[in-house]
Amino acid sequence: MAIRWGNYRTGPFYDELIQAKNKPRPAAAQLCSYLRNLSDKDLEEYKTAANTAIHVMGITFTVYTEEEGSIDRAWPFDIIPRVIDKKEWLTIEQGLKQRVTALNRFIDDLYNEQKIIKDGIVPESLLIESKNFLPECIGVKPKHGVWAHICGSDLVRDDTGTVYVLEDNLRVPSGVSYMLENRHVMKRVFPDLFEKYNILPVDDYPSQLYDLLSQMSPREIEQPEIVVMTPGIYNSAYFEHAYLAQQMGAELVVGSDLVVKDDDIVYMRTVEGLARVDVIYRRIDDAFLDPEAFRKDSMLGVPGLMRAWKAGNVALVNAPGAGVADDKVVYAYVPDIIRYYLNEEPLLPNVPTYKCINKDERDYVIENIDKMVVKPANESGGYGMLIGPHATKAEREKFVRLIRRDPRNYVAQPMLLLSTAPTLIENKAEARHLDLRPFILSGSDIQVTTGGLTRVAMRKGSTVVNSSQGGGSKDTWIVDMEAE
Amino acid sequence: MLSRVANHIYWMARYLERAENTARLIQVNTHLLLDLPKNVTLGWEPIIDMLSFRDNFYERYSQADERSVIKFMVTDSQTPGSIINSLAYARENARIIRDIIPSESWEQINNLHLTLKEDGQSVLTRRHRFECLNRIITGNQSITGLFGGTMNRDDGYAFLRLGRHLERADMTTRIIDVRSASLLPDMSAEHSAFENIQWMGVLKSLTAYQMYRQEMRLRVNRADILEFLMKRAVFPRSLMHSVMQLNKCMAELPNRETVCNEIQSVASQLEELDTRSLKQARLHEVIDDIQAGLMNIHNAIDEAYF
Repeated sequence: MAIRWGNYRTGPFYDELIQAKNKPRPAAAQLCSYLRNLSDKDLEEYKTAANTAIHVMGITFTVYTEEEGSIDRAWPFDIIPRVIDKKEWLTIEQGLKQRVTALNRFIDDLYNEQKIIKDGIVPESLLIESKNFLPECIGVKPKHGVWAHICGSDLVRDDTGTVYVLEDNLRVPSGVSYMLENRHVMKRVFPDLFEKYNILPVDDYPSQLYDLLSQMSPREIEQPEIVVMTPGIYNSAYFEHAYLAQQMGAELVVGSDLVVKDDDIVYMRTVEGLARVDVIYRRIDDAFLDPEAFRKDSMLGVPGLMRAWKAGNVALVNAPGAGVADDKVVYAYVPDIIRYYLNEEPLLPNVPTYKCINKDERDYVIENIDKMVVKPANESGGYGMLIGPHATKAEREKFVRLIRRDPRNYVAQPMLLLSTAPTLIENKAEARHLDLRPFILSGSDIQVTTGGLTRVAMRKGSTVVNSSQGGGSKDTWIVDMEAE
Repeated sequence: MLSRVANHIYWMARYLERAENTARLIQVNTHLLLDLPKNVTLGWEPIIDMLSFRDNFYERYSQADERSVIKFMVTDSQTPGSIINSLAYARENARIIRDIIPSESWEQINNLHLTLKEDGQSVLTRRHRFECLNRIITGNQSITGLFGGTMNRDDGYAFLRLGRHLERADMTTRIIDVRSASLLPDMSAEHSAFENIQWMGVLKSLTAYQMYRQEMRLRVNRADILEFLMKRAVFPRSLMHSVMQLNKCMAELPNRETVCNEIQSVASQLEELDTRSLKQARLHEVIDDIQAGLMNIHNAIDEAYF
């Protein structure tokens, strides 16, 4: 018997599966007893089966390193799933819907009347200094008032069991394909567990996404032409771009496949000539979208795309400029934003966040930098972060200088004691920190994925879950206990 | 269908076909050598010539011995047409269009490439070579079957078959050309008994032996073999068959006039060919012409669609 729950240590953290020594949480009880009955040999076989599936299915992600350029790595996957009771999940889901509704109202307001600034809820400087605010988008009114059609919000749980939103990704959030593929792998490896448990399915995401995208079409036609636009095979999320296009039966295009003619309409080059495009699910950043409007040196974009979008001839998903709201400084204002637009109290709390732009808060951050996680406002993927308690003195001093030089660009949060879950490390279950990224689709209504992508820091004690930095992932089970 | 995607499908199919044909070639040469007397120096050099890689080979290898040629042709990532590179290019093309092709076929192409990459050394020893090359041949056959069994019969499938048949036709011309040339330097009487074995080798490189027997019902002889491999559409690796398949693919595509004209010109060439009166020197010229014709077809496709 390989996994002995009696030996499993949770430390001071909240554990997702184990409540106390030898005592699984109710939703995880069956899973834990199943795992306990596995021999070393069984575990080895399951691990091999999972790795083979990942290998053969070609589930990869791309990592950039300065020495080696970009390389494909097999997706790191832990076979012990993370389990959440459906009852708890429903409250999280409500909170996410509330949050994304408010964020879309906020973006729409910023590019139109700017009431929230006039009413003094957020300072104007926030907008002026935001790198992601695009003046080119002022006055645009996308369908249903939705700018961030697809949002990936990162959730974490602290030692008290409270779930917080750590950040919202409103530009081109990735990871959903891994959520889907993790489930495929688990079904291949543990079919018997799926028979026993009432695990809610996740695989309707691609069809929901397709429905959302076709809703956005400017032309009211039966079958709008939908394309997924990728920067290309060297992008770290290329696997996902191809996967989603495939699952939706949409064309996967790169910039050079598209052309905008003088009629401000977007066409793609096909073997039969030019064909009109209605909806672009673009997975490239704003700056590279259109060399006519933004970066002139962009080889990835399509000249004239902004023209076509503003003329209302094509839908861009997510809309350009939506990133203005996933700035980490804006994040600090989200609870106020929810209260302002919806007249409701936030259902999901923010992690307390210090804005270095305010002198008092900045001084506090600098004084307590050894206890803080410092984040630049506009980076993603865990790049350019400082984790105070784990950093060297030199690293901390470097960040103090960075903050002083450009306070608008930094926020800091107290180091949370992130929750853990049992993770298979050399055939023993050990506690590893994790987070959860659900995906929220907004169109005429809002849908949330069942669970999301659970990312786990595979190194002991680490809280960096990004796959580009040694993170792995787990399947996420929302379990309906009442149906058991 | 996107022009770029059509281009990738086409090249994916070409590289897969190239990998399989190269594997067949080496497979047969290995067997052939076992049957020949020790003092017949058929050797491995013709294989290099077959793919016009002579210069490239001698830049990096001193001698065309078995081990060097096999390494050069199968696992050497610096050889443009080595099997490992053909599979890597096929994989790369497939990867870009994995949203178009059936996902199992991507898994298999990926797997085929990985397997050779990890296990390629085994091809160097005769004992494991058969198994290693056979994996590539059957691997590609099963991928072909998967495409056939699961892909929509749309433009994409047409480009897939265009790539496959154009590459197959090209490889067939190369095999006929080099094999027959290396046979001819008039064999002395004592070796003529082995001529049959070598012509059988030509057939076997194309898995054509059994089919030849069924179709031609003749003992193995040069003129009939050339007739069979070049002109008989009944055999799926013959030039005529490939060319007719190209024609069929085109029927489904728009904007096809120039491509069809180029295909027709190669077909006419084959029809007019009298293999009985075809001397070796003339055969070489004819094959050059056909290869040029295949090149023209490729250029016309490129021009019209990519």
